[in-house]
Amino acid sequence: MRHGMVNRKLGRTSAHRNALFRNQLASLIDKERIITTLPKAKELRPQIEKLITLGRTDSVHNRRQAGRIIADETLVAKLFDTLSPRFADRNGGYTRIIKLGARRGDAAEMAILEFVGFELKTETAAAPEPEKKAKAKKAAPAEEAEPAAEEKEEKPKKKPAAKKAAAPAKKKADKAEAEEKPKKKPAAKKKSEK
Amino acid sequence: MPNPKRRHSKARTRTRRAHDFLEAKSLSTCPQCHEAKLPHRVCPKCGFYKGREVIAVKDNF
Repeated sequence: MRHGMVNRKLGRTSAHRNALFRNQLASLIDKERIITTLPKAKELRPQIEKLITLGRTDSVHNRRQAGRIIADETLVAKLFDTLSPRFADRNGGYTRIIKLGARRGDAAEMAILEFVGFELKTETAAAPEPEKKAKAKKAAPAEEAEPAAEEKEEKPKKKPAAKKAAAPAKKKADKAEAEEKPKKKPAAKKKSEK
Repeated sequence: MPNPKRRHSKARTRTRRAHDFLEAKSLSTCPQCHEAKLPHRVCPKCGFYKGREVIAVKDNF
């Protein structure tokens, strides 16, 4: 019987497994969202939650405790200075697991492990994206309805929207310029992200 | 070595296999794009889950 045996072995030796978890925890702190298999995500969740809880009380001791798991000092600093304070008024449940379905190739169930409140910055080609931006646009001053808003055109408008808020009186000529400029910037970002 | 005494009849084999079949996956509908999707999972078509986009889906997959 496998009663009470909660920890998955994941087909690895303990050293291999610990190394995997350390790497994934570091990545998660760095990127704030990782995509992995569902069993790994489920194993990782309590570990990252404990790290966050550790990070909520800042002390030299706690930092060193975290440093035992996270080798990168900058990531330890991030954990204590930016990540954990975000969850100051949340008692556990800092992360969420979203199931993605089976992976092509070995049909392993995949999942997203991300911090609660993670905002996806999609500058990539996502079909349903305009909906999100449409909301953002409504929040911005409602000038120039732009009925011909196509998906591809909408993507770079995140930043123009901010510009428009600053100067809402500007007209189409200016807007066309504003649209072209940020198009390049997200493209560059895409590469750096990947 | 022990061996079967009698040959199994066709009926016996087929009766046993009467319950061997694949069942259709129970699917739910994506509220975003109305495609069929697995329940409790991100819609693979539009990348939405619980009303927000959680993963960027490439159009040319």
